[in-house]
Amino acid sequence: MSDAATPWFVDFSDVWLAYNEELLQKNQFAVEAIDLKVRKGEFIAIVGPSGCGKSTFMKLATGLKMPSMGKIHIDGKPVTGPLKISGMAFQASSLLPWRTTVDNVLLPLEIVEPYRSNFKQKRKEYEERARKLLQKVGLAGYEDKFPWQLSGGMQQRASICRALIHEPKMLLLDEPFGALDAFTREELWCILRDLWTEQQFNVILVTHDLRESVFLADTVYVMTKSPGRFEVRREIDLPRPRDLEVTYTPEFTDIVHDLRGHIGALRKAGATINQ
Amino acid sequence: MNMKQVERWSPWLLLVAVIALWQIICSAFNVSEFIFPSPVRIWDQFMEYRSLIAGHAWRTFWVTMVGFGIAIVVGVLLGFVIGSSRVAYAAIYPLMTAFNALPKAAFVPILVVWFGIGAGPAILTAFLISFFPIMVNIATGLATLEPELEDVLRVLGAKRWDVLVKVGLPRSMPYFYGSLKVAITLAFVGTTVSEMTAANEGIGYLLISAGSAMQMGLAFAGLLVVGAMAMAMYELFSVIENHTTAWAHRGSQNH
Repeated sequence: MSDAATPWFVDFSDVWLAYNEELLQKNQFAVEAIDLKVRKGEFIAIVGPSGCGKSTFMKLATGLKMPSMGKIHIDGKPVTGPLKISGMAFQASSLLPWRTTVDNVLLPLEIVEPYRSNFKQKRKEYEERARKLLQKVGLAGYEDKFPWQLSGGMQQRASICRALIHEPKMLLLDEPFGALDAFTREELWCILRDLWTEQQFNVILVTHDLRESVFLADTVYVMTKSPGRFEVRREIDLPRPRDLEVTYTPEFTDIVHDLRGHIGALRKAGATINQ
Repeated sequence: MNMKQVERWSPWLLLVAVIALWQIICSAFNVSEFIFPSPVRIWDQFMEYRSLIAGHAWRTFWVTMVGFGIAIVVGVLLGFVIGSSRVAYAAIYPLMTAFNALPKAAFVPILVVWFGIGAGPAILTAFLISFFPIMVNIATGLATLEPELEDVLRVLGAKRWDVLVKVGLPRSMPYFYGSLKVAITLAFVGTTVSEMTAANEGIGYLLISAGSAMQMGLAFAGLLVVGAMAMAMYELFSVIENHTTAWAHRGSQNH
């Protein structure tokens, strides 16, 4: 897969985005000069302070926003509109309270083609698939409960299932574990790791949590705030499969420490400008 | 009697207490029945004229329900348009607010000119007064969609219509049922007010004719009937609300 001749799965070349014409005139960009090359099946994490343009980056990567300048290619094709090969999950699970958990997971299949056209005929089959997926993330027995009967961690698992049910090639996660307690969070790291190992989709994980990014990702990017730029790229060469134990090894801690240093330096630089 | 039972019976207890106090005041101060009738007098007149009252009450009831039915249809449609389009929201909402501020009783003489004395003006007054809360609540339910959820669906290629039908409408249902409870009581107000000047039938007409004949007991009995009908309908929609959108009423006390 890392063959040099293969085009990159995600390819941002010098991408700039201003939210509207007015801001573009003033040269105020939400994200600047983004250059990003991601191999197929690669797990990347983006860390950075709040409001640094991570969510903007997500919108670019899913085709919900078009860049003001620069080109984005995903899966070998230029991005021209919403990318149906992607699934998204956010910090808030945003499950629909009037649907059961399994019906929530099925929602994307009611919308995206080719499932949409034969959803009625094949409902049984799809439901089976949704139940299997829910069981895989440890929600067996909760499929027919309503989301508000589940704990926060369970809701988040269901939300990830919803993002994966249509077998997307790319999974985008925007601080998906941000609202969970530390133990639940580590449990969900492992679930995400296992799903990714098994299905080999691309993941773009946006997070505040450096340990999370180092544990899960192949490559970690550090993003700065105003201007929203990728300042540091760091490959995580910890061997896979990674176990939670790895987070207590000195190698792991060194990488986290190093990244923390970058963020500290960036913050300081920002502070001197502000003063 | 434990707290739960007390809570359940509290409206009835309060009602009995108010009636008792009312009766005591009327008896103790020997208030004239022509000025302020006692509950006993109202009950007497109610029983005496019960078939007359029933006829007028039925008229008021069906007129209100027709007006209310139109209000549901128009309110839902307008709410859907306003809630699903920003332009429509910006264009229609201020006008609707201005319209809602007009006293609906002021429309009655105009409606009489257009439709004559009878059911027409009453139905339309009931409609005019009650469609606004329905419209606002549907529009609110549709317009307050979480942006993350919208992204999740849009990236899958969901059209506006998909989002409205799969998310917007179910989501606005609790608002809708909530608004029905408010709207039905308003509809009774509209009908009664209209009947007072523009009908020869209905509780509103009964109130005016009883008042001019100094039959205060009968007038109060009429008021009582309107109140009872509105309360019964309110409770009905309350029950429907609880059964159809239980997910929105998951209180911490239910666990």
